[in-house]
Amino acid sequence: MKTFEPFADRVLPWLTCGAMLAALAMVFLYVPTERVQGVVQRVFYFHLPAAWMSFLGFFTVAGASAAFLWQGGRAADLLAQAAAEVGMVFCTVVILTGSLWARPIWGVWWTWDPRLTMVAILWTIYAAYLLLRTLGGDNELLARYAAVLGIVGVLDIPLLYVAVQLWRGIHPKVEQMAPEMAWTLLVCTVAFLCLFTWLLWLRLRHLSLRADVAALRQQAVALS
Amino acid sequence: MWALLWKDVRLELRTKERMASLFVLALLIVFVFVFALSPERLRSPEVSAALLWVTLVFAGMLSLQRAFLLEQERGCLSGVLLCPFEAGTVFLAKFLANVLFLTLVQMIVTPLTLLFFEVRLSWSLLALPPVVLLGIIGFSALGTVFAAIAVRTRARDVLLPVMLLPLLTPLLLAAVKVTSAVLVGAAWPGVWIRILLAFDVIFVITGWLIFSQIVRE
Repeated sequence: MKTFEPFADRVLPWLTCGAMLAALAMVFLYVPTERVQGVVQRVFYFHLPAAWMSFLGFFTVAGASAAFLWQGGRAADLLAQAAAEVGMVFCTVVILTGSLWARPIWGVWWTWDPRLTMVAILWTIYAAYLLLRTLGGDNELLARYAAVLGIVGVLDIPLLYVAVQLWRGIHPKVEQMAPEMAWTLLVCTVAFLCLFTWLLWLRLRHLSLRADVAALRQQAVALS
Repeated sequence: MWALLWKDVRLELRTKERMASLFVLALLIVFVFVFALSPERLRSPEVSAALLWVTLVFAGMLSLQRAFLLEQERGCLSGVLLCPFEAGTVFLAKFLANVLFLTLVQMIVTPLTLLFFEVRLSWSLLALPPVVLLGIIGFSALGTVFAAIAVRTRARDVLLPVMLLPLLTPLLLAAVKVTSAVLVGAAWPGVWIRILLAFDVIFVITGWLIFSQIVRE
């Protein structure tokens, strides 16, 4: 964590800003308008990277949870919590941008397509995880419980995926993209990855400072 | 393990409160559906299938909430854990007790539901009990893990369903599909059966392995 600190504090914010500006410029100025769907298709360049980041968040939660259960250590626990919070934000962005696109193209804000169902359920699993963290009370075992939920959640994903695929399907699959579109998607993904890492870092540091403060307060109470 | 299981069963035999409340709740849910739906709707096999599982989920949730409550209130879980066996064994005992109670309740509630919903009786209905049992096994496996977690948190009544329901989605989708196929007498939906089986196997093993992480003091 220490070696990452100077990079995260000095370089990452600027990197995120630059990549985000480049992404915006490419989405609005550079990339050609899609022939069939029109202007609204441009939201796709934010939608898909956000979806990838929310999955990345999910797997980070699971990985950090496993590391915490088998090796312990506060850092892994805090990383899992921070990743769940950031992942939840991106998951919400996916649902909102998807809705904006679906309304003109499919004619509805929401439909029970497999991927929509999948994202909706992932969102509720994230929500359950964060609720457990906040409503769990002051229990030193809480970190352990949250880690169990993080791991069971990721074990559930393959089954969930198969089940909703079998259930029904209309989501557009990207078959071929013009090179401009592929480049724009790439830049957007990099921008979102920077944003994801930066948010994760800020949240992680905040949580770790808060834990430090709580520990200091306990010491102070014990001394007085 | 059998001693632990026998302890839960004997407790239940003495008070009968868990079974009695489960049974009445399940029956009431069926009634609510009967009142809410028009008679034509009631006869659709898909509605009966969905209803069967809604009843089971709610009744099961109640059963799980009681699974660790007595031990938690009297501080007996530490006593159980002091005994010289592994946490996985405690999981298996609790899980089997839950499977047993839910199965007994469903043995009465399922026929009653079929009766209220005027399902045609046929030989294909014989496939229903194993399907319900598979569902109960998956539900109890995941449920026992999260009941053990929820009972030791502050907002235990809210947290159990909030944690459990999204994770149960694959099980419920598969269970409802198979049940409605059985009620219609349609072809055996092999792929959904495999999902049910996979769910049961994965989460019984996961629960057994991960339980020591939950109950550790």
